[in-house]
Amino acid sequence: MPFHSLKDVSSGLQAGTFSSEEISADYLRQIEASNPELNAFITVTADAALIDARSADASRAAGTAGPLTGVPMAHKDIFCTSDVRTSCGSRMLDNFAPPYNATVVSKLAAAGMVSLGKTNMDEFAMGSSNETSFYGPVRNPWNTDCIPGGSSGGSAAAVAAGMIPAATGTDTGGSIRQPAALCGISGLKPTYGRVSRLGMVAFASSLDQGGPMARSAEDCALMLTAMAGFDPLDSTSTQRPDEDFTRNLEQPLQGLRVGVPGEYMNADLEPELASAMQQALTEYEKLGATLVDISLPHTELSVPAYYVIAPAEASTNLSRFDGVRYGHRCENPTDLHDLYTRSRDEGFGAEVKRRILVGTYALSAGYYDAYYRKAQQLRRLIQQDFIGAFEHVDVIIGPTTPHPAWKLGAKSDDPVAMYLEDLFTLSVNLAGLPGMSIPAGFSDGLPVGLQLIGNYFDEARLLNVAHRYQQVTDWHLRTPTSTGGEQ
Amino acid sequence: MSIEQAEIEKLAELARIRIAPEELAAVTSGIASILGMVDQMQSLATSDVEPMANPLDASQRLREDVVTEVDQREAFQAQAPATQDGLYLVPKVID
Amino acid sequence: MQWETVIGLEIHVQLATQSKIFSGAATRFGAAPNSQACAIDLAMPGMLPVLNTEAVRCAVLFGLGIDAEIAKRSVFDRKNYFYPDLPKGYQISQLDFPIVGRGSVQVQLPDGSEKEIGVTRAHLEEDAGKSLHEDYHGMSGIDLNRAGTPLLEIVSEPDIRNAEEAVAYLRTIHSIITYLGVSDGNMAEGSMRCDVNISLRPRGEEKLGTRTEIKNVNSFRFVEKAIAVEVARQMDILEDGGSIVQETRLYDAERNETRSMRSKEVANDYRYFPEPDLLPIEIDDAYIDALREKLPELPRQKRERFCSQYQLSAYDASVLSDSRTIADYFEAVCDACNDPKLAANWVQGELLAQLNRTESDIADSPVPASELGVLITRIADNTISGKIAKQVFESMWNGEGGVDQIIEAQGLKQVSDSGELEAMVDTVISASPDQVQQYLAADEGKRKKLLGYFVGQIMKASKGQANPKMVNELLHSKLV
Repeated sequence: MPFHSLKDVSSGLQAGTFSSEEISADYLRQIEASNPELNAFITVTADAALIDARSADASRAAGTAGPLTGVPMAHKDIFCTSDVRTSCGSRMLDNFAPPYNATVVSKLAAAGMVSLGKTNMDEFAMGSSNETSFYGPVRNPWNTDCIPGGSSGGSAAAVAAGMIPAATGTDTGGSIRQPAALCGISGLKPTYGRVSRLGMVAFASSLDQGGPMARSAEDCALMLTAMAGFDPLDSTSTQRPDEDFTRNLEQPLQGLRVGVPGEYMNADLEPELASAMQQALTEYEKLGATLVDISLPHTELSVPAYYVIAPAEASTNLSRFDGVRYGHRCENPTDLHDLYTRSRDEGFGAEVKRRILVGTYALSAGYYDAYYRKAQQLRRLIQQDFIGAFEHVDVIIGPTTPHPAWKLGAKSDDPVAMYLEDLFTLSVNLAGLPGMSIPAGFSDGLPVGLQLIGNYFDEARLLNVAHRYQQVTDWHLRTPTSTGGEQ
Repeated sequence: MSIEQAEIEKLAELARIRIAPEELAAVTSGIASILGMVDQMQSLATSDVEPMANPLDASQRLREDVVTEVDQREAFQAQAPATQDGLYLVPKVID
Repeated sequence: MQWETVIGLEIHVQLATQSKIFSGAATRFGAAPNSQACAIDLAMPGMLPVLNTEAVRCAVLFGLGIDAEIAKRSVFDRKNYFYPDLPKGYQISQLDFPIVGRGSVQVQLPDGSEKEIGVTRAHLEEDAGKSLHEDYHGMSGIDLNRAGTPLLEIVSEPDIRNAEEAVAYLRTIHSIITYLGVSDGNMAEGSMRCDVNISLRPRGEEKLGTRTEIKNVNSFRFVEKAIAVEVARQMDILEDGGSIVQETRLYDAERNETRSMRSKEVANDYRYFPEPDLLPIEIDDAYIDALREKLPELPRQKRERFCSQYQLSAYDASVLSDSRTIADYFEAVCDACNDPKLAANWVQGELLAQLNRTESDIADSPVPASELGVLITRIADNTISGKIAKQVFESMWNGEGGVDQIIEAQGLKQVSDSGELEAMVDTVISASPDQVQQYLAADEGKRKKLLGYFVGQIMKASKGQANPKMVNELLHSKLV
């Protein structure tokens, strides 16, 4: 039964082929079967899910159902869920169940989606491999010796393994796109300000953005339509009319100008991955698009800029975890200083501490100008690269990552090697643009992702460009053999 | 850019992060390698570039001055490690 | 050596908003602990700030009130430090781009002279919570009701040279903020708090000496005393050839001394950077102009108008314009009685004395301005004497009714009937032959004094109700 698209589930519910309760129970069984191996879920809320499913069925019977009513989904464990543990992959929040919902959680619930639980993630979203989770690493359904990518690795693995048709993710430097690429699914990071950050545990406030992860561009469009929208309680939420992101899906791509950045295509790519990219570009030409060579000259410097700005913001966003009002507190603190340092020492893992220290350094007296301010200036240059490019092209296409998924532990001892894997995704966050990853082939039996980058608030076009590709290719329909599917 | 262990200890104190003595060397070298990578930035002249704090070219929206919150102390304090008489408890604060 | 004291003040003013600066929680004083601390104030995970429009309006209004530059674009920053009353581990404040720029105020010194004190800047920020040190099993209790209360921090130039000027400056700021209604200025409730920076330098020297900062001095009187003891302390050290340690000190009112805050000695590195959860505040000319148009008459303008319009002395005008409510009250009394001099005397005298004695606010005065006006009118039209008027005022204060009602009920009407008065005068003269003899024998100087005896007797006989002017005239005409 697994590997339904969200669209299939929606149609099946509308046609009465199955009820929400039945399909939710199916997925819960699938989670139960796969989770011991993949560790994609931290928390499964089976009882609450079935109650919600029954009420979705009731509303369908009453004729008040929408396209997402009764469709099962899961939330990355970074989104606050009322009275359900929201751990953020950290021991610090292992015991934390907020008395409120994130705006995204409320919006998807209001659209009728049924949450089956919370997915695993890198601790506080800091990681590209899902190995930093307090709850242990997630495994890649295509090869369980490999990492699924991060930080939304639990969501990506769960969708890829057919444990759930769709899930939420968050993307600060690639955390939706990179695991989507490594797990062979579709994921969209919207324009900064498009999706409310309220109730999303903050990593780097000026970079964080929530988005959908699903089996196809069309599924992402359906879900984004319900997730996005102005939120008066988030000062960085953009005030603009709600959109139906499915509205342009079918538009032909005749005349589309596709920018191909040399800095991405000529980077040190895995050979099979590089040829997959070339194939994809050929596919787009066949669809009527024109390829335009472009340059994003500051791409390489996006890595240092990002690894200053993100840790700097994170270092202060994480100061609130002090063992006073919620979260982990050490036993018998001897004084205030002991309370702080021991609670934080026990509550945070090594990568989180490392980034807090780097961020503290970048902001500290005497280093601010050389690091934080410098990185912000670089950020402006990176943005200007994109603004210049979008004067000539409608969308930018390149690889999501330089390599497919690597083996667990392969890069754990070398933080810089791990950071460099984010080379193609970071600049999109620094500029605040929308970006997507869709499956585009395989390298060494592992999926690789094609990244599409759009202009500000141009998600509808991005989804259109991705959807047309998915109509003439079947990469997004492949499923990992390891969990009973077929490649 | 190399960084001294003493500097790491100072940062750890500022950030209220404890580093066990036996971990200090490893933590220092990890951070030193990150800072080495980050220092690539310094090669680029940026003096005439306006720093960018936020991707949106927008200004702060203002909220009406109305009380919208009700008392939810009990719900919040249910998450707290130590409370008494409605107060959060911490080891003695000395001014 | 001759030393010159240099003082700068940082005043934290709590803005008069209904809700907090970044959340919809109430700012009411005195609520049960943590009952007004919402998820945002508690820095619960995922919570975000949204700026209160009224806080911005108050800040701009204050800026206009001190003729300051209003920043078209101002930016919030995070000031990072760990403290249990600071839930986020950072305070949202403004460092490089404050909302209010350079301005100045004219302060009036006790000798009547004026001095200009520069205001460097004023910026918006959030207040912290409170640590309660009563013993909770050896622990401290944290109340976060005050966390997120909007503050305007007003930073002065180091233009102040002594405690008197510091207090005058503080009073001026206090009257400006209360005039503008941007704060209730209630110092007892912490609505206005003050940090005092003090340094000494040899007279004639330009370079500033090392300063100390006395934190959180919360009354005019304490500011005066704290400065006095800190200046003396620094002078002792300097005279002995020592040097001042730059540090934060606390004023202990009970011992009347300042002492070092040991726990804050660790050098702080606040790691300020632009708050990424908030965008820059942008203010346009139309907004500023609209507020400028609504700017009320400020204390200094009012003081000057009182002098010219009512011919009051500089001192009277200053006392009466110190608070907007007192000024409004005074003007209402004037309108009702048309006698500014008497109105000024009565408001400054009886009324303020009673308010002080009962520690009440003029808004709660049991004697409305209109009735005080009537009372003054009754003195002017000879219905009652000034002395009886005080009695009437007392009765009004005690809620016994209006002026005319009390005069009637207590039979206080002044005796101005010349026949009746003449009879009284005659009786007293005939009953006092010795005094009459003495009076007639005395010279002009002594007569004045002796006349008092007769006036006293007549007032006694009339229970104070005899018209004193007429009594005098009658005595003068009879004692010849």
